[in-house]
Amino acid sequence: MSARPGGEHAWRRFFAFPWFGPLAALVLVYLLFALLVPETFARSTNLVTMARQTVVVGIAAVGMTMVIISGGIDLSVGSSVALATVVIARALNGGAGPLTAVALGVAVSAAAGLVVGAIVAFGRITPFVVSLGAMTILRGAAKGLAREQKIDADARGLDALLGVLPDDASWMIFPPGVWIFLVLAAVFVAILHYARFGRHVVAVGSNERTARLCGVRVEAVKIGVYALAGLLAGLAGVMEFATLTVGDPTDSVGLELEVIAAAVIGGASLLGGEGSIVGSVVGAFLMTVIKTGSTHLGLPNWVEEVVTGVIIVTAVALDRLRHRRP
Amino acid sequence: MAKDVRKTFGATVALAGVSFAIEPGRVHALIGENGAGKSTLMSILAGATPPDAGELTLGGAPFRPRTPQDARRAGVAMVHQELSLCPHMSVEENIALGSESTKWGFVKRVEMRRYAVAALGRVADGALESRIAPDARVGDLPPSGQQLVEIARALAQRNCRVLILDEPTSSLGADEVERLFAAIRAACAAEIAVVYISHFLEEIHRIADDFTVLRDGKTVGAGTVRDVAASDVVGMMVGRAVEQLFPRSIRTPGDVVLEAKELGGAVKPSHATLTLRRGEVLGIAGLVGAGRTELLRCIFGLDRVRQGSLRVLGVSGVRTPAARIARGVGLLSEDRKTEGLATALSIAENLTLSRTGPLGPPGIVLPRRRRAAAQKWMRELSIRARDPEQRAGELSGGNQQKIAIARLLYQDADVFLLDEPTRGIDVGSKAQIYELIDRLACSGKAVLVVSSYLPELLGICDRIAVMRRGRLGPARPVAELDERTVLTEATGA
Repeated sequence: MSARPGGEHAWRRFFAFPWFGPLAALVLVYLLFALLVPETFARSTNLVTMARQTVVVGIAAVGMTMVIISGGIDLSVGSSVALATVVIARALNGGAGPLTAVALGVAVSAAAGLVVGAIVAFGRITPFVVSLGAMTILRGAAKGLAREQKIDADARGLDALLGVLPDDASWMIFPPGVWIFLVLAAVFVAILHYARFGRHVVAVGSNERTARLCGVRVEAVKIGVYALAGLLAGLAGVMEFATLTVGDPTDSVGLELEVIAAAVIGGASLLGGEGSIVGSVVGAFLMTVIKTGSTHLGLPNWVEEVVTGVIIVTAVALDRLRHRRP
Repeated sequence: MAKDVRKTFGATVALAGVSFAIEPGRVHALIGENGAGKSTLMSILAGATPPDAGELTLGGAPFRPRTPQDARRAGVAMVHQELSLCPHMSVEENIALGSESTKWGFVKRVEMRRYAVAALGRVADGALESRIAPDARVGDLPPSGQQLVEIARALAQRNCRVLILDEPTSSLGADEVERLFAAIRAACAAEIAVVYISHFLEEIHRIADDFTVLRDGKTVGAGTVRDVAASDVVGMMVGRAVEQLFPRSIRTPGDVVLEAKELGGAVKPSHATLTLRRGEVLGIAGLVGAGRTELLRCIFGLDRVRQGSLRVLGVSGVRTPAARIARGVGLLSEDRKTEGLATALSIAENLTLSRTGPLGPPGIVLPRRRRAAAQKWMRELSIRARDPEQRAGELSGGNQQKIAIARLLYQDADVFLLDEPTRGIDVGSKAQIYELIDRLACSGKAVLVVSSYLPELLGICDRIAVMRRGRLGPARPVAELDERTVLTEATGA
């Protein structure tokens, strides 16, 4: 129809990406704060700081997005992160090397996710309830393992993951933890869009009965999704430990809600079948920008909370509108 | 292919020995009224229900699918009325779902595209206007496009031998039906046996080669479509044994209480015009999916009304269900389990749900009064239950239905909109409900009944209007009608 069908089509598609709206919001909010407090907020070091603060929620949000796309939910993320920090701290204090400690922490969280997935898949219990139970169980396990107190540990270099870069490594721009986060997100984008497993996750969330009819191993897909989400929560725990350098069993309470909010802002539908990892990452950044910007503006904490809540609901409402086109 | 298949559900005999054979490369029409056993037979073939007796063979070998996946693997694919696709995924992904070829776990996109395009090419018959983009999102396609995708998915299976289409045209427009027929012919050309279930005789005449007629779970006729007249097929469909006597007192119609002019809903109904008087039982006949339920829902305010005028009990225009109830209109849902009753709640709660005013001071429900009210109506309709506090879901279908009707009586309705009031209930309860409808009409209430069971409508109604594809015909006195005329009008034969 058009003289340049290719060009117009490409633009349409760009607008149609689920993460387009959140990204536009992110840019707008960033520019707004940069205008309001140019001398502190707009500085490049602030950008690095905000990236660092997004890593934990961001990594967990990658896993949560997969879970939500599959039609489920995982409320155990916060407890899983806390448990991972405790496991890492205890392992380090027990003489393990940093790599072993990290592997242990991640493995514990992944195993927890695996069990949640198996109960969801075979027990036919709603994910909300299973992961709600897991949330309490993992929190309790973390407290038990830490004997109800914070565990100080020598970070043995793990703190460098999210620490300020030394001068000789300033070419990296961001600390390694941020890079790990971005690479992980890219890897999972590829898995979700191009791997059979990823497509089956979407199929299960979109129409579970059809997926089963077509020979998709629905149970295996579900277990895989929760195990991966657990693994990513464990990695988020590694990053949390890198920031705190203590194993804290009472850490990250309510983190799961922040993670779910990031996914929902990014276009994930709690009914399953829909969601975008890029969108969730953008959502996580958006929340950090609002938080940091409010602080720089000197706004009290409650304002930032109200604004974040408004953004969550607005994002979903706008998404509904986008879907309603004729 | 199927021989002497039987199936009973509890006391209901759904299939009492059905045999039929289908051949590759031909379209076999399966015809029968609502409840004749077509759906049961097809769900047995598709592996969703196991038969009680009888044997199935596929290409000479015994065929005993235990699950729909089993049947699909054996080459029998079913396309249901409710489509079974993943709406969030692309056309090609849906077609390849479950049989993607991969490398290192990653889907080979190029191969998937080729696979999908080949499958689509088979159903779209090469015609340009019927082409479907393989990267389109399935949820964005119209129903006809989705249906073609589902057929393409079935045909893409290397070993697909039987394709079952259940009422495939019920949601399609005329030009979309042409696309579907082209796809069916393409499937035949590929030596696939197609089973085509439909009520619409003119369609069957156009597309089918052979036919089998079912009635009351039995095969009552079979042959080649070319050699039979439509009126003979209608003759085979009707003639069910009427095991019931219908009470009918002499009733005198009073004032008009319901008047709809050119009423139209979102999709169905369209241009429905009817009047209902006090002391009258008006029946709406028609096939499943004709739009009868939607008509009742529009009148009651549950579905959106797009056009036309409506006047109920002196109130013009569309009102919410709450306003309708307050005014004296009651709706009995066709779907007892998910809409008609809150099955997890007690009998007393269900019965009094729509009118809590008399149960205590404003905003308060006194359990004692609720119980008393429930007991009165349970006695009145002889609802068999241990106690008014028993969960409604624990009762038999007949007793559940009586609770749903008792609610309308308790709320003191003047206009009764009854959707399939006797579906799935025992003969004894049916008789009681017929008697009740007669009593209501005699006491000056107005009753609008939707039913798929023709003898019942002819037995209890004063007038009957036939609905077909969303359009409501004129209401005529039952004396001028019989099963054959009604069925002919409903199927468009």
